[in-house]
Amino acid sequence: MTSTITVEHLWKVFGPKPERVVGTELASLPRAELRERTGCLAAVRDVSFAVEAGEVFVVMGLSGSGKSTLVRCLTRLIEPTSGEISIDGEAVRAMNARRLRDLRRHRVAMVFQHFGLLPHRSVLDNVGYGLEIQGIGRAERHRRAGEMLTLVGLDGHENQYPEQLSGGMQQRVGLARALAIDPALLLFDEPFSALDPLIRRDMQTEVRRLHAEVGKTLVFITHDLAEALTLGDRIAVLRDGELVQVGTPEDLVGAPADDYVADFVRDVPRSDVLTLRWIMRDPLAGETCEDQPLPATTVIRDAVPRILRAKLPVQVVEGDRVVGVVDADRLLPALISHHRQVPA
Amino acid sequence: MMRLRTVASAALILTLAACGGATSDAGESTPSAGAKGTVNLAVNPWVGYESDAAVVTYLLEKKLGYTVEKKELKEEISWQGFETGEVDAILENWGHADLKKTYIEQKKVAVEAGSTGNTGIIGWYVPQWMVDQYPDITDYKNLNKYASLFKTSESKGKGQLLGGDPSYVTNDVALINNLKLDYTVVFSGSEAAIIKAAQQAGAQKKPLLFYFYEPQWLFAQEKFVRIKLPPYTAGCDADPKKVACDYPDYDLDKIVSKKFADANSTAYQLIKNFKWTNDDQNLVSDYLTNQGMSADQAAEKWVNEHEATWKPWIPAGS
Amino acid sequence: MVAVAGETAPRRVTRRRVLWVLLVVAAVGAYLGFRTAGAADSDDAAAFRFFTGVRNWVDDNRDTSPLFLYGVNYLRLGVRLLVDAVQAGLYGLGFAGLVAAAGAVALVLAGWRTALVAVGGFLAFGFLGLWAESVDTLVLTVSAVLLAVLTGVPIGVLAARVNWVSATLRPVLDVMQIMPTFAYLAPMTLLFLIGEPAAVIATLIYAVPATIRITELGLREVSPTSVEAATALGSTGRQLLTKVRLPMARPTIVLAVNQTIMMALSMVVITALIDAPGLGQNIIRALERVNVGVAFDAGLAIVIMAVVLDRITTGAARRRPATRGRSRWVVAGGALVAVVVVALLPIGQDLPRLSFAGPVNDLTGWIELHWYDATEWIKNVVSAGLLDPLESVLTSTPWWLFVLLVAAFGTLVSGVRSAAVAALAAAGIAGLGLWQHAMQTLATVLVTIVLTMAVGIVLGVWSARHDWFAAGLRPVLDAAQTMPSFVYLLPAVALFGASRFTAIMAGFVYAFPPVVRLVDRGLRDVPATVVEAAVSAGSTPRQLLWKVQLPMARGGLLLAANQGIVLVLAMVVLGGLVGAGALGYDVVAGFSQREDFGQGLAAGFAIVLLGILLDRLTQGFHHAKGPR
Ligand SMILES: Nc1ncnc2c1ncn2[C@@H]1O[C@H](COP(=O)(O)OP(=O)(O)O)[C@@H](O)[C@H]1O
Ligand SMILES: [Mg+2]
Repeated sequence: MTSTITVEHLWKVFGPKPERVVGTELASLPRAELRERTGCLAAVRDVSFAVEAGEVFVVMGLSGSGKSTLVRCLTRLIEPTSGEISIDGEAVRAMNARRLRDLRRHRVAMVFQHFGLLPHRSVLDNVGYGLEIQGIGRAERHRRAGEMLTLVGLDGHENQYPEQLSGGMQQRVGLARALAIDPALLLFDEPFSALDPLIRRDMQTEVRRLHAEVGKTLVFITHDLAEALTLGDRIAVLRDGELVQVGTPEDLVGAPADDYVADFVRDVPRSDVLTLRWIMRDPLAGETCEDQPLPATTVIRDAVPRILRAKLPVQVVEGDRVVGVVDADRLLPALISHHRQVPA
Repeated sequence: MMRLRTVASAALILTLAACGGATSDAGESTPSAGAKGTVNLAVNPWVGYESDAAVVTYLLEKKLGYTVEKKELKEEISWQGFETGEVDAILENWGHADLKKTYIEQKKVAVEAGSTGNTGIIGWYVPQWMVDQYPDITDYKNLNKYASLFKTSESKGKGQLLGGDPSYVTNDVALINNLKLDYTVVFSGSEAAIIKAAQQAGAQKKPLLFYFYEPQWLFAQEKFVRIKLPPYTAGCDADPKKVACDYPDYDLDKIVSKKFADANSTAYQLIKNFKWTNDDQNLVSDYLTNQGMSADQAAEKWVNEHEATWKPWIPAGS
Repeated sequence: MVAVAGETAPRRVTRRRVLWVLLVVAAVGAYLGFRTAGAADSDDAAAFRFFTGVRNWVDDNRDTSPLFLYGVNYLRLGVRLLVDAVQAGLYGLGFAGLVAAAGAVALVLAGWRTALVAVGGFLAFGFLGLWAESVDTLVLTVSAVLLAVLTGVPIGVLAARVNWVSATLRPVLDVMQIMPTFAYLAPMTLLFLIGEPAAVIATLIYAVPATIRITELGLREVSPTSVEAATALGSTGRQLLTKVRLPMARPTIVLAVNQTIMMALSMVVITALIDAPGLGQNIIRALERVNVGVAFDAGLAIVIMAVVLDRITTGAARRRPATRGRSRWVVAGGALVAVVVVALLPIGQDLPRLSFAGPVNDLTGWIELHWYDATEWIKNVVSAGLLDPLESVLTSTPWWLFVLLVAAFGTLVSGVRSAAVAALAAAGIAGLGLWQHAMQTLATVLVTIVLTMAVGIVLGVWSARHDWFAAGLRPVLDAAQTMPSFVYLLPAVALFGASRFTAIMAGFVYAFPPVVRLVDRGLRDVPATVVEAAVSAGSTPRQLLWKVQLPMARGGLLLAANQGIVLVLAMVVLGGLVGAGALGYDVVAGFSQREDFGQGLAAGFAIVLLGILLDRLTQGFHHAKGPR
């Protein structure tokens, strides 16, 4: 089962009397000035986006940009100041306490940066915690927790305690705990930031595999661009609580909305992310081309041998339609430069 | 020592809950009030009192067949005990006119039960060696001459009078003012501190002027000499601020709870008849402190050797 | 920009320094201008009469007012019920059974080493010939601790969750903890009668603040991430409490129980004054006979009991979760069976007697005889050189000037709010009509604190640097902290006379062990990486200590100072028993004389206010700079 989320004009203001900020002229002040004038901190400012069913939606931004606050607002772990959130069409902010608890118990689960495991419970009982508080019997919850541990590759660690596990293993327990309630929507708040790079890569692979196997909607918070690019179907970039850009990895690298995003993606090898669409030019009148055209969705890197070997420019096609041509002159800047490039 | 009152008090709580309100003495073992049973004796914290209590307890238990519950209490709390019904008798009362007024006259929960025969002497003392060395020191008029001997770190440049056993209201400060003595009272705060200081003064040959009283077991160990203050005359201590005379001799007496007296049991009669001398008491105290006997052993030894003294206390026909 | 910022920081520091200098100069000037001879405190202040009035009201109404008929008296009956049940349980086991039970409890909670300590300790009660007294003391302690846990843990939980409860409780707990028991022991017996119930409730009042405070701390320290994770899974408030917060705070709560036990044991001797049975009686009786040796035996039994209970509870707190589980139930079951079997065996308690009374008396007698001249000299030097000048400055400062100075210096050190509270406390002391006495006591307390901190830090540093020293020191600290002070009070009087200095020594002995422990802990908690970095930069051990370890252990040191203050204040009353006079004597006299009750209680409050004053004044150091 998968799930959809829509967020509209979401605000979260920390501080004294936060309501007075939203919808007044205070709302347009920059963060620092607002803080100076009112002592309030706008952690999330007027954020709107929609996540489609089965999508991996990544939220990215520097530390302090409001990512954690945003993701916690989705299930009201932090109460939003204003705006609308709906999950599967149901308004989250209108839910009463019981309905909200049902949402958290059955439909949405979260994985935390610092794991949040319960040190006094065995691994098995940690994974079974969500089932236990739903009132599911001991045998059943142990069976399901055991399955989840197998799924995340922790067979044989059932009776150990969190402090006896490495960081990576602890986060697998966190993951298993979230999966155990079989939610339609999984929220990740920088789940791998505290892990070593190698383990982080393992875990990313793991998430991709799980997403492929169980097919859930994921909202994934990270400050690591590489991680965002590997995992995200779409990426939202947050700065000082505001949404700067939402788009595919390609959109971000190829057409950063402003200098902030551009700075983020500067070191990304463009040829690895961008497709030919981003470097093709219009064919000249009467220009002769190679016989074999390339699809517009080809990643630049994969097209390099062909284009360099070709004597003539290569046609770029979308289906049967020719949309442009590329040649070595267009290719080289994309390979060597990290500078901003506007699609032709 | 073990008292299995759990069931009883549980039942009591239920009963009381049913009929409302628990008074302050609910649920405690009720005082004997005459029936052959338990006598609750307050035991105030000095050894002379313990000697009284040891002998009375021994006689009550061995000769009259009562059970005695000794309660180790300060004086003031013992008097409270008359009111709450937890104390039947106090065996050695030093004056305490204020408490008598409250509990005997106003609250009417206690009555006097006659003298113990002991005379309480309160006064200022110095160790014997000082008298040997400075024979005229025993007259208060000469105290100023020796004030510098008694200087200590606490006496602010004057001579020190070590006093301040808080159990007793003393006139020391007023005496020093009114007799124009170049001294200051240092409040020791406890009897034990005074005794220890007195023992050291003897052993180290250090000067010490201190407030003290007899009968007291310490006198069986070491000699101390009383300073002569202007003699006591009736009424000379009427205004506590203007006192300039010695302490009176106290006739130490017994106080019992009204209920206990009204029941007129043989226990009450024995306590009423109890009367002995300072020497008797000091002897038992000596057994207790210096010969390491328990209360029972000390009492037994004294009782065996002084039949003539205690025989008359036993009520006729018991 | 950078240049400007670079200039303002030092400028602010110098301005602060100038402010300090000005204030000190102003203070000295004002003192010289306004100092007074200081009229002696009257013994009939309005406050005294008020407290006496309250007492009389209670006295008159305790059999008619519904407050007593339905409240206090049932409370007493309930406590009586509890004491009797505990008593029946412990006595029912018999000598052998109780020894076995102590061992079994220690085995299940803390492992076999502790079990050996427990068995040895409980056997020792028999060898000392103090079996029945020890059990009586244990009964009182267990009852008071049970009540403290049953009431204190829920209140601590509430205080951790609701901030205003915590804020309201704070001054109440301060009063309960610092107010000397002597000050309310007499009326206590009016309400709860002579004997165990009053003793248990007096002990409860003294011990439960520790339960509440540490429980609150433990709950507040529960990792917020774990709570958040459990919330995200849909836990209800109750599930969060029972499945997350309480289990995670368990080690700290066990520590709270541990501290509660230690506090309760230190009350045992005093409650003997209202006929509470047990070892306290032996000590009080030995004191009447000025027999240190006999008091020592009973004191030793209390130390042993404290050590056994301490080892069991700290062991229980340290137990790792991994060692729990099914095998533990097997051990527990086996232990239970063993206890039952042993309890049923006809083993008597006819043990050979072992008493230290003789040797201890010989030793103290020898010391008293031969050290006197030296100790007398020390006392005179400290009194004339330190105590007298300080006392005369404090007592000759008019109270309003003192209040102003507290407000001014307090603002500099701890900020306006703390300074306001401190100044109010100072004014309150004046209002109680005990200004002179309070200032005399303050002088003694300050000297004691300085001495305690100086010795405590030196020993603490040594103990943190040398494990052999720490190991050797531990039993000394245990004994100093738990040996009832009544036991060593008399030799102290013999050596130092009835004087303020004796009080200082008694306060020092009582207060230095926790200071040493906290300093040791603070130094050992300095992260190894930081020490490593400093060493690799070529620091000498001395530089390491002064430039790295001590500054980084500031938190621990301040906590030590804070605890030192509280403990020294707790000893003020004891000082009243050995010639230090002032507030301590007022409290003692209030306990002994009905007429002085009002003054005694007022003096008790004055001690509390002194505590609040010192606490708020030093608090600033906590927040002002650096971590914690
Ligand atoms: N409970 C809170 N009260 C006040 N400010 C907060 C609170 N939580 C977060 N903030 C502030 O909101 C901003 C965004 O924080 P956060 O959402 O944690 O950022 P991120 O996860 O992107 O690092 C930060 O400036 C942070 O200091
Ligand atoms: Mg974050």
